[in-house]
Amino acid sequence: MNIQELLLNIEDIKAGQRILLSGTIYTARDAAHKRIIDILNKGENAPFELKNSAVYYCGPAPAKPGEIIGACGPTTSARMDVFTPKMLEEGVKILIGKGARSEAVCDSIKKNKAVYMAAAGGVAALLSKTVTSCELIAFEDLGPEAVYKLEVRDMPLIAAVDSNGNDVFKKAEV
Amino acid sequence: MKSEKAVRIIKSVEISNTVEKLCADANYFLPDDILKSLKENAEKETGTAKDIFNEIIKNAEIAKTEKIPLCQDTGSANFFIKLGRDIAIDGGDIYSSVNKGVAEGYKKNYLRKSVVSDPVERKNTCDNTPANIYIDIVDGENMEITFLPKGGGSENASALKMLAPSAGWDGIKDFVLSAVKEKGANACPPLIAGIGIGGDFASAGYLAKTALLREIGSQNPSSYYGEKEKELLTEINKLDIGAMGLGGKITALAVFINVKPCHIASLPVAINIQCHSCRRKTAVI
Repeated sequence: MNIQELLLNIEDIKAGQRILLSGTIYTARDAAHKRIIDILNKGENAPFELKNSAVYYCGPAPAKPGEIIGACGPTTSARMDVFTPKMLEEGVKILIGKGARSEAVCDSIKKNKAVYMAAAGGVAALLSKTVTSCELIAFEDLGPEAVYKLEVRDMPLIAAVDSNGNDVFKKAEV
Repeated sequence: MKSEKAVRIIKSVEISNTVEKLCADANYFLPDDILKSLKENAEKETGTAKDIFNEIIKNAEIAKTEKIPLCQDTGSANFFIKLGRDIAIDGGDIYSSVNKGVAEGYKKNYLRKSVVSDPVERKNTCDNTPANIYIDIVDGENMEITFLPKGGGSENASALKMLAPSAGWDGIKDFVLSAVKEKGANACPPLIAGIGIGGDFASAGYLAKTALLREIGSQNPSSYYGEKEKELLTEINKLDIGAMGLGGKITALAVFINVKPCHIASLPVAINIQCHSCRRKTAVI
């Protein structure tokens, strides 16, 4: 499913649904989130347009010569929970990572009509095959935590928290 | 009476070269016992859980044939060294020899550098050093180096608790199950649980970590703890966390318990959680 198409029909995406996602996504993990939030708090612009964007919690391995990207699976989303409501308020619509989210994040996803998608962790070689281009956008000094703009084709994901706040991880959180 | 034994000289560069190769091999090739267990357990699952198992197996094939790291988190570099006491190292100490190998291995093989120099300041060291190096002095003139690159996600799901002796086995079991329940979904299940019981605060963690070096199919040599490993595995798999936390019969592939004597007042217990990408590789010099 193309990201543009998904954004138009975001409220039709249901938790548990399998999606092969195609389009532009931006990597940002712990350190990049911290910087982006600091920038926003100063009233300045984030390094990419947050409105209607897709953010992938990922710190890729370096690309070998001639390759587009190295291994690039998701990191644990829960560490981004403290930053996520602000990101959603700023217009981020698609979050991609692994593992469960906090109650506050689920509420914010519902409120902002966004979606959180889970990728399988530890299948980073396989996921690297879905990346068709990779460009360094910001924070180069952060190394693997820099922001990269990725084009992906048929990235295998599962809608984990939908725009109604339904959460596939709920039953595991006894 | 004078007793003299010849000392074997190992060159520092030989250690660095061995470590360099371990860094690459461990990150590209999933150990046979892990792959076998994944394939067996995939058969027990259906639906999404089965699909995830199959993605993991396919990922291992791609990583092996194309030499792409199994996971982008190529880990902190953990080394467990059995150092024969009849060895002398020429050209550098053991720590710098290993760290040199790590720096070269991670740079040359395009592995991710995931270490920051200070836990608060958080500046990347850009070569994945320093490694965590644990040395056991043993008899003989060989040096056995085991490399366990460990991802941050599963490491963060690990825990340690100082129980009262009265807590006994039930207390240990409750602690282990609540740790898996709380954070298991975020640690890339199917998991392997390394459990350390006894010793002191520091050694419980070490026992748990070194339990992860065991191969799937092995059992604690004590029949009591061997049974407890099976019991915990069954209980963990009843939690329905499943592959990637999306539900399923298989939350863990194995539970390994290591024990040690401890103080009359104490019952330390630690769980070191390992993701399904249980990368480990041993070389002997």
